[in-house]
Amino acid sequence: MSETTLKGIPASEGIAIGPAFCHRPLQLEIPSRSPGSIQDELRRFQSACEQAGQELESLKTSVLARSDAETAAIFDAHKLMVTDPMLFDAVQSRLEAGQIIERAVRDASQELAAMLGAMPDELFAAREADMRDVGRRLLRILLGISDTSVDKLDSPAVIVAYDLTPSDTVSLRSEFTLGFCTAGGGLTSHVAILARTLGLPAVVGLGKKALDQISDGTKLVLDGTGGSVILDPDRVTLERYEAARAKASARLATMQVTSSKNAVTADGRRVEVGANIGDADSAGEAVRFGAEGVGLLRTEFLYLQNTRPPTEEQQMAAYKSVFDALGNRPVIVRTLDIGGDKPPAYLKFDAELNPFLGWRAIRICLEDHPLFKTQLRAILRAAVGFHPLIMFPMISSVEELRAARDVLAEVRAELDSAGLDYAHHVPVGIMVETPAAAMLTDFLALECDFFSLGTNDLTQYTLAVDRTNERVAKLFQPLHPAVLRLIKRTIDTAHQHGKWVGMCGELAGMQKAIPILLGLGLDELSMAPRSIPEAKWLIGQFTDARAREIAEQAMNKATAAEIEDFMLGVLEEFRV
Amino acid sequence: MQATSMVVHNKVGLHARPAALFVQAALAHQSKITVTNGEKSGNAKSILGILSLGVQYNDRITINADGPDEMEALTALTKLIEDNFGEPG
Repeated sequence: MSETTLKGIPASEGIAIGPAFCHRPLQLEIPSRSPGSIQDELRRFQSACEQAGQELESLKTSVLARSDAETAAIFDAHKLMVTDPMLFDAVQSRLEAGQIIERAVRDASQELAAMLGAMPDELFAAREADMRDVGRRLLRILLGISDTSVDKLDSPAVIVAYDLTPSDTVSLRSEFTLGFCTAGGGLTSHVAILARTLGLPAVVGLGKKALDQISDGTKLVLDGTGGSVILDPDRVTLERYEAARAKASARLATMQVTSSKNAVTADGRRVEVGANIGDADSAGEAVRFGAEGVGLLRTEFLYLQNTRPPTEEQQMAAYKSVFDALGNRPVIVRTLDIGGDKPPAYLKFDAELNPFLGWRAIRICLEDHPLFKTQLRAILRAAVGFHPLIMFPMISSVEELRAARDVLAEVRAELDSAGLDYAHHVPVGIMVETPAAAMLTDFLALECDFFSLGTNDLTQYTLAVDRTNERVAKLFQPLHPAVLRLIKRTIDTAHQHGKWVGMCGELAGMQKAIPILLGLGLDELSMAPRSIPEAKWLIGQFTDARAREIAEQAMNKATAAEIEDFMLGVLEEFRV
Repeated sequence: MQATSMVVHNKVGLHARPAALFVQAALAHQSKITVTNGEKSGNAKSILGILSLGVQYNDRITINADGPDEMEALTALTKLIEDNFGEPG
């Protein structure tokens, strides 16, 4: 058999070699038959419920054996849904209206799922997926089809799927998972994020047609760095990738040593490597993986959990636990960055045609001073004795920076007059995530202490590509020459004004970007904790001069594809 | 018929695991048990009923129990909420 290469979006770096395990959603079709007596139909429902209960119990047991009780508890909720009186009533009334049990179960579970999905709070609405899972499980049992969930995976394999739901991934046995390839999804899809969290390679956005060429057991090489999947690789290809994989695992040992030290280039230039974290729990993980600080503390988690904005005390407790975990390392706290795409229940959003260009982040805070001040007070008060920095998101003009600083000054004055203790020396920076901020770095540099490039949004706004729209996901190219030019311009201008520049977008953790970023003179890189050891190691492989040369060559290329190819070539010497 | 009213201090409210624990505790009793949050009421033995109340951190709920073990039921459910579902904080 000759080898076939599929191209997709590289979503998580690394190489996996192994057989395919195909996870395809089953087509569950309602049979056309006339209904039996209500008693008979109900009897079938009850026996389906019993079987579903047994399946869920054994799923729970196997998840419990390899994960925490919290995760396994999802299946307790599923079991309760199976036997729920509301489901029973909804099914029964449909049977009484003359439906067959299969249709009654499908319609009733969809109706109840929709009810949950319509709840304003996101955490409750997320239970919609659970109800749908339960409905599908019951229907599958009624149709006499056996369980083919990813839980059946019992030997190492590459997971091939159209897409994976959150509940699929709960039952996934990570010890047998070598990597992921999916038909849908972009860099920020659920699977992509999961893969990076687990440190497994992934290629997404391969397209349904391409995926259909893969069947269970197809021998695969998955290159999560290059974004390709090779089917039935020939001996030469296989040997090449096996060597690359071996080299990568040998490097792991070295990296564990490097990750405990500060990052320096081969000729001794210090580059700070920090972690992006989204809640207090990951602060410990950041330190374990060798973070020299937190380059981005997202604070949205505090705001999206509740139907009311978090109080000053709740926020102080959350920030304090992050500061405690990081000790004397710097922590950059980004103020609230939410918008109409993910609105909390207590902020009244008008329907927006384009929430990414709408009322969000600093624009909200500058209108809602009480909300903004509560957060600033909490940060300043929690930070006493630590090393905090404050960063404003979505800045697109000098006025916005001034207005935000004015609010901060008012907060300080209020804390002074209330006689409350707070952190006094707190550098203030901005996220550079709009092309406007990148073009105004010279003016902004006069009024702030540092910059951090948010490349996810910067790419989206520069290229006019909605990164949540799968249809245009391939156009979301962080190594696009236009984006790199804005990055270079920001760094150069900030340095002329004596201000430092970091980066906290996905790009900072990408191996194929790191040499360019070093060469452009970036001072700090902040990334997912698990990417840190590899990034520190990679930084140590380049002298400043070599990195500058690479950056210069990359900046002279006209397309993202040429830059990617060039960088894969640069990395090749470390991989094969 | 017995009733009690209390504030939920669990930080995510009656959602996911706490909701499941609450329903499991209700199912262990014979009495008919109803939970009210604001204008909405739901059967305490139905996870869908409990979830649909959307009980959040700091919401005040009322629990009604009617049946042979109504006192025990109220005591058990109250204790579960007061102990914060066995979670810290």
